[in-house]
Amino acid sequence: MANDDVSFTVARGGIHALLGENGAGKSTLVKTIYGLVKPDAGTMRLSGAPFAPEDPRAARTAGVAMVFQHFSLFEALSVAENVGLGMENPPGQRDLSRRIREVSQAYGLPLDPERLVGDLSAGERQRVEIVRCLLQDPKLLIMDEPTSVLTPQEVAILFATLRKLASEGTSILYISHKLEEIRALCDAATILRGGKVVGACDPRTTSAADMAEQMVGAAFKAPTSRGGAPGAPVLQVADLSLPPMSQFGTPLRQVSLTLRAGEVLGIGGVAGNGQDELLSALSGERLSTPGAVTLEGRDVSRLRPTERRRAGLLCAPEERLGHSAAPDMSLTENAAMTGADRKGMLRAGFLDWSAARGFAEDIIARFDVRTPGPHVAARSLSGGNLQKFVIGREVLQDPRVLVVNQPTWGVDAAAAAAIRQALLDLAAGGAGVIVISQDLDELLEISDRFAALNEGRLGEPVPTATLTMERIGLMLGGAHDLEAAS
Amino acid sequence: MDLSAISPTLLIASLMVAATPILLAAIGEMVVEKAGVLNLGVEGMMIMGAICGFIIGVETGSPWLGFLAAALGGAVLALLFGVLTQVLLSNQVATGLALTLFGLGLSALLGQGYVGVKAQTLGRIDLGPLSDLPFVGRVVFGHDPIVYLSLALVVAVWAFLKFSRAGLILRAVGESHEAAHALGYHVRRVRLAAIAFGGACAGLGGAYLSLVRVPQWTEGMTAGAGWIALAIVVFASWRAGRVLVGAYLFGGITVLQLNLQTAGAKVPVELLSAAPYLVTILVLVLISRRAGRAGAAPADLGKPFHASA
Repeated sequence: MANDDVSFTVARGGIHALLGENGAGKSTLVKTIYGLVKPDAGTMRLSGAPFAPEDPRAARTAGVAMVFQHFSLFEALSVAENVGLGMENPPGQRDLSRRIREVSQAYGLPLDPERLVGDLSAGERQRVEIVRCLLQDPKLLIMDEPTSVLTPQEVAILFATLRKLASEGTSILYISHKLEEIRALCDAATILRGGKVVGACDPRTTSAADMAEQMVGAAFKAPTSRGGAPGAPVLQVADLSLPPMSQFGTPLRQVSLTLRAGEVLGIGGVAGNGQDELLSALSGERLSTPGAVTLEGRDVSRLRPTERRRAGLLCAPEERLGHSAAPDMSLTENAAMTGADRKGMLRAGFLDWSAARGFAEDIIARFDVRTPGPHVAARSLSGGNLQKFVIGREVLQDPRVLVVNQPTWGVDAAAAAAIRQALLDLAAGGAGVIVISQDLDELLEISDRFAALNEGRLGEPVPTATLTMERIGLMLGGAHDLEAAS
Repeated sequence: MDLSAISPTLLIASLMVAATPILLAAIGEMVVEKAGVLNLGVEGMMIMGAICGFIIGVETGSPWLGFLAAALGGAVLALLFGVLTQVLLSNQVATGLALTLFGLGLSALLGQGYVGVKAQTLGRIDLGPLSDLPFVGRVVFGHDPIVYLSLALVVAVWAFLKFSRAGLILRAVGESHEAAHALGYHVRRVRLAAIAFGGACAGLGGAYLSLVRVPQWTEGMTAGAGWIALAIVVFASWRAGRVLVGAYLFGGITVLQLNLQTAGAKVPVELLSAAPYLVTILVLVLISRRAGRAGAAPADLGKPFHASA
């Protein structure tokens, strides 16, 4: 049962947090409010009137808007068309484009209405979703993890927006795993576990640890950083330049870095500043000029992904479904997909399926992946579980260098802590780890050095211990991005 | 070889006639595929349209009623496909192929008493002095109404998909049925409507063969036109304008090679007969090579949609 006897009230103009781990029933609950799922029992009231939406359009007409966790966007359509599809009575395309520009600038979420969504980064796509909702002047705005891909400055602006909306009388139902955010923003919270309400609190006066404990049902471990001097360089990138992947992509401009054994290098940056390009250049999906990428003294610039993997350079890209895992294939097959070579599953070109299944079971056990077994399709796993599987698959192959992009995006607190710990353990074991992320707290927590990626240029890495939030904000060039908008 | 026997005016006029059945079928199939459904039964729907149109045309003496019946016949057959694939979630490729076989067989059965019968055909629209203008008169003003209808349909489909909200929803459904469903659009309903439209267009195309171009009934008379229509949709990268180019190019080369054959060209007949297929595909491949992302297939083309929570 996804939801069992759940009751809560969102005040008019209130910002109400809905807290819970993945699988706690938050998604089902908000889908019910948005008219996608019909409840078996119980009633809802909106502004005092009985509210039982037949479908999402009825919910939208009644004044409920929602920003989805899994984007509900159409890649081949433009930003304006995507926004129009989510509105009940959209104005003409030209009017709509103008209003998108106005709203997106007013709320500091710069967007070009003519661009194709398929060419946008994850962060920019989320802006589309948010702007789509804002254009409808909703009475109740449901936000599912809205800040996971925003910079601190953008988060601050979004929060200002949300507070402004709330002061204008809009109620906001805010779902997030980031407890500090909820403490900063929300004035009430309902905590779900296993589909049931297990508590309610005022997040302004409750500590994050208390809320996390109620949410998980037991205290979870924050990752422990290890000291120790980094070893010899394992990965060197020199003057790596690459043209953009699509006409709207970001080119890489003379990226240079040195990664040492036992080190975690954090790379931060606003979405769409070359993260995907950097990952694909390191993974071997795109080849670079000879000499650009060197792994333990060996030039791997012209090697394909399989060969780089064999050499010990492993990657876990951002997009879980479709990039790092094949959605309709089983976990066993997905495990074999990158692990076949390094885990010795190949016999004269044939796959040893029992070894593949063993490897998948090993990942599931060691990384606490909640699934009925290795035979299920990757698609059927929740985001956090699939992410644990994907990261676990690479970590257990004992890489020399692991590059991960957004390792904990959309993952609940406990799973995120486990993934971060696994990355730290890997580095402690002597491997080099590059974490590309838009979650700065995460980067500050686990990385030894921090560098910012801005418009395809990688800044000089700085020891994380010496950093302040303001300094990071400047490094990210987030200010530059916001200036362009105003 | 006597090339002077080939008159450019007549060539262009007759290529429009030759291309119209394919154009009608292709523009309908394009809408279906834009909605994310791959209906490989175009050939079957065309031939059903050909026989339905022919029977009604002969029995009532009115080619217009014939065309109406053809559109209905094509749409009904298409809806059979629609119910199987959209409601009962059968495999689209297999069902589409079965639809072609079914249509060919059923039409042969229905048409048994009509072989060799002559139907009332559609006249050209007489625009008086306009039709007497040199070249332009014959090429632009000298056709039957269905040729103009097919051209109007291309423009209408283009405008519908580009400018109307319903067209946007249709494209959205073909692009990501999950997202469209999440936004509250009726994926199945949109797709069934598109399938029916595609069937009606294919039916019209078939009836144009049996009522205007030939005009009589022979078994299997569509002779692969439905497959060409399918190929043109793909190579035209799902764009109405390019579907028109593709269909007219195919019709043009077909007519040209027939003319060349009668003019006694020193080229093997087999090569001439293959020319329309080769040239059409080659040209459209060259066009779509430059299209980039905008020329990509609808992302959810051919994927079954099962509405879940």
